Amino acid sequence: MNNLPEMTSLQRVLKTLSHKEPDRVPLFLFLSLHGAKELGLSIKEYFSRAEHVVEGQLILREKYRTDCICSFFYAAIEVEAWGGEVVYSADGPPNSGAPFIRHFEDIKNLSVPDIQNTPCLSKVLTATRQLKEIVKDEAPIIGVVVSPFSLPVMQMGFPQYFTLMYDEPSLFEHLMAINEEFCVAWANAQLEAGATAICYFDPVSSTTVIPRQKYLSTGFKVAKKTISRINGPTATHFASGNCLPIINDIVQTGTAAVGTSSLEDLHALKTACNQKLTIIGNLNGVEMRRWSTDEAERKVIEALGKAASGGGFILSDNHGEIPWQVPDHVLMAISDAVHKWGNYPIELP
Amino acid sequence: MEDRLIKFKQALLDVDRVTARELINAGYNAHDPSQIIEQLIVPALEDIGTLWEHADASLSQVYMSARICEDLIDTVLPSSSPNPTGQTLVAIALLDDYHALGKIIVYSSLRASGIDVQDLGRMTVEELVRQVVDQDIKILLISVLMLPSALKIKELKKQLLRENSAVRIVVGGAPFRFDKQLWQEVGADAMGNNSADAIKVAHKMITEMS
Repeated sequence: MNNLPEMTSLQRVLKTLSHKEPDRVPLFLFLSLHGAKELGLSIKEYFSRAEHVVEGQLILREKYRTDCICSFFYAAIEVEAWGGEVVYSADGPPNSGAPFIRHFEDIKNLSVPDIQNTPCLSKVLTATRQLKEIVKDEAPIIGVVVSPFSLPVMQMGFPQYFTLMYDEPSLFEHLMAINEEFCVAWANAQLEAGATAICYFDPVSSTTVIPRQKYLSTGFKVAKKTISRINGPTATHFASGNCLPIINDIVQTGTAAVGTSSLEDLHALKTACNQKLTIIGNLNGVEMRRWSTDEAERKVIEALGKAASGGGFILSDNHGEIPWQVPDHVLMAISDAVHKWGNYPIELP
Repeated sequence: MEDRLIKFKQALLDVDRVTARELINAGYNAHDPSQIIEQLIVPALEDIGTLWEHADASLSQVYMSARICEDLIDTVLPSSSPNPTGQTLVAIALLDDYHALGKIIVYSSLRASGIDVQDLGRMTVEELVRQVVDQDIKILLISVLMLPSALKIKELKKQLLRENSAVRIVVGGAPFRFDKQLWQEVGADAMGNNSADAIKVAHKMITEMS
């Protein structure tokens, strides 16, 4: 146990982001859906009001002693803003429905939604403002945007998007320009409402999805341009996708942290990111469903052993959203383990 | 043929349709058109699937490769669509999931490998049970991206057993890659990590049934 006075969550996170060791490894549990469980509401009811999300996030933070508040509702809220369909599920995140860009030509007629006058986005901004009023500077509030480069998966579907990317370069560029305007406005609105940082969700840039060469001519350029226009710190998340082969490129986009996959070795990631990017990750959210409390503790210890030394590490899941099916006792075991074993200097069994 | 296979595979990874077509044309044998499928297309798609599994290729390359091969089969070798499935009816579906990419990759890869596959599209559990029973489908491939969709396969299996269906279920998609026990938990007969696995599993099941 160190002799540092206990830090606030924000101080802890800022210290680790500066690649120094705080009092303890920060814990981010991205529990966007679990607030509904806490309030006894369906997922659809839960997301219908900003106040529900505020209450849910505060309950979850107190319960699991996490080091951040997430003002994120669900990814498909962005297509909802563009007039797309959202499909609710009883036991999973609301999903984007049928793509609203049905033909490539539709791209020419798109216009950027007005953030302040779009009810679903206003709801998120209201929740962010209310959370900021309560949390103040004690803990970071993480807002989320889907990157301009990854949004088309929900706008037009993955298959069509790949075809656009490879076969229609001019329409692809046109879509990127429109999406960039939306993404920057949406990120900055969340920062103005009180978000401390923005999670730039960019799974399509992962090497699981496109090769590095393609990334350099597409997602990388888009990220570099977009992130430079966001008026606050960003963390780039690849939502379970691999990113080890492009770590040095990600650094060049100006982001401060990277959300990593459980399919990549945390030690190798730590070595690659050393002093350049903070790692957020990488507990396996799908497997977590059936972990015992002992197993959860073992997984936390393993992650701490590989990545905690020297700071630059935030313990989290690998996807940026913990599945609805993960039981409370596992989440509690993860939290207990990081509070027990995550104190600096790290001493593991 | 080995050299041509390497070049063909590279053309697919580079999404170079022109070179891929030229290589197919150069290897075309009018007396045995299926040779090109067995010696060039199937091994190339299997290799690319395996490369993806080892993080040496990306999903966009897997997808574009499968689509290019499917187009080549349709246009260069229109008469060589053998139906080695005989009485076996193979179908593929999305279960309550809008994410069609995995399904299209597997569908295209199987077609390019010479298997007739019926694409059932996106279905609920009840709709899928009806289709399997009414059409007496023998092999059902299910592609999912979302965990709740993967967990619904358990209910699908239960209802199929109630209908005395002997369909064999092959599952694939992200939740199964992240949790290696999930396919057994939901009662599937097999799991494919990638399109290469799907080709192998489907051919093996067809052989076992014939």
